[in-house]
Amino acid sequence: MSGVAATARRPRVPDAALPWLSVAVVLALFELLPRIGVINDRYFPPVSDTLTTLADEVQTSPYWQAIGDTLEGWALGLAIAAGLAIPLGIVIGSFPLLYRASRVLIEFLRPIPSVALIPLAILIYGTGLQSKVFLAAFASFWQLFVQVLYGVQDVDPVATDTARSFGYSRVQRLWRVTLPSAVPYIATGLRIASAVSLILCITAELIIGSAGLGRSINLARSGGDVELMYALILTTGLLGLALNSIFVWAEKRVLHWHPSQRGER
Amino acid sequence: MSARTKRVLGVVLELSVPILVLVAWGVWSAGSTTYYYPPLTDILETFRDTWVFERVGSDVVPSLLRMGAGYAIAVLAGVAVGLLLGLSRRSRRAAAPIIEFLRAIPPPALLPFAILVIGVGTSMKVFIIAFVCVWPILLNTLDGVGGVDPTLRDTTRVYGISKRDRVLRVMLPAAGPQIFAGMRTSLSLALILMVISEMVASTNGIGYFVLQSQRSFDIPEMWSGILLIGIIGYFLNAVFLLVERRVLRWHRGSRASALG
Repeated sequence: MSGVAATARRPRVPDAALPWLSVAVVLALFELLPRIGVINDRYFPPVSDTLTTLADEVQTSPYWQAIGDTLEGWALGLAIAAGLAIPLGIVIGSFPLLYRASRVLIEFLRPIPSVALIPLAILIYGTGLQSKVFLAAFASFWQLFVQVLYGVQDVDPVATDTARSFGYSRVQRLWRVTLPSAVPYIATGLRIASAVSLILCITAELIIGSAGLGRSINLARSGGDVELMYALILTTGLLGLALNSIFVWAEKRVLHWHPSQRGER
Repeated sequence: MSARTKRVLGVVLELSVPILVLVAWGVWSAGSTTYYYPPLTDILETFRDTWVFERVGSDVVPSLLRMGAGYAIAVLAGVAVGLLLGLSRRSRRAAAPIIEFLRAIPPPALLPFAILVIGVGTSMKVFIIAFVCVWPILLNTLDGVGGVDPTLRDTTRVYGISKRDRVLRVMLPAAGPQIFAGMRTSLSLALILMVISEMVASTNGIGYFVLQSQRSFDIPEMWSGILLIGIIGYFLNAVFLLVERRVLRWHRGSRASALG
């Protein structure tokens, strides 16, 4: 709005206020437009209505139950993915021969969208938690696995050689050199995998009908409770943000020693 | 061992493992009487009967068109809006929280919203694909434009290069690698959204076909559909990498960004 010229003179709105201002403007728009009838309030209820519904929902147990169900799938999926991807990635990444042998297979399997497996999951695991966890684990596995592979291969060769000439054994080198330098990659991988795990959980709930936020959103829509639908969508957004911030925060704490901790992306 | 034989051996190794896996699957499933895991040969036969080229016109083409349209809209909108907002540091700051929030919503959660507002037709699918794919591209364009070397910005301005040229010839190429990283993320999102939007509400398309096959217990058909989605995913990714390598040939870091 104030454009390029604003850099020269002192801006009327201080920089720190800008994000708040824009959020306020968007909220005000979605409050006013439905009220004065510019957009249909059957589809876009005023923001205050959605927020009131959310405030009511927060006090009910089905709301927290749905969040709990989603988080349960998310956590199990992520844990299984991490339990498989990190050791496998380290082993395959440490041995060039093994890496070359599996490279084509990995490159082929990785881009396969895990949602294609939804029907298979229904067949084998039914419509409950297991299906959700299977899909979430499958999808987040690849995200994490590839990051671990890059991380292990990105170790500074000088560091490895130095460790070797100091007489470190293979295991010691893995523990003291390879792992610490792969940790930033693993951390990034975990953060991406967490987002992917959440997405797949919601998808499974939506399509398969496992209990959780995704199913609640769909039920709210088919029941015509538009405010509730928006309140729940808002909840998934906040959940996504919260999980992401936890990982960013944890990354900063765990990796405070690492020079790459510049807070990029 | 000469370098040449070593290289040949490496390629043989790379190719032999996937082939071995396929053979193992074939052998293991050959005598399979388990209903859910039909023999690989059955799946391949069904694949040929179904997709070459029986259902290409009725399912594959509509699916790909939806995906292509949604993705194209997302790329155009994401890059255009990203360039505009990216020009000023203050507009970047103002837009950030809204974009970050919209991106944080798990995309499938928006499907009921799209169905409610637009209905269950093709335009809903195009909309949801475009709406979800736009955020990674927009954010990366913003970041890319924001990361343009300030010296470069100032130099081009001092030399009196017009704003239009500065945006299209300096900012856009400089942000190119990051834009492509965003586009790659979005491409896999587009495929996912295509499949699930067809699973939720559709009367044709690959996603619809796969879920219907499962519901009517046509297991080899289901497997063949899964295989097809996998192949599409693989080829989209491969084509994308090719395009990226061509477009960003001038950029030394393009290989690194392709890993993103």
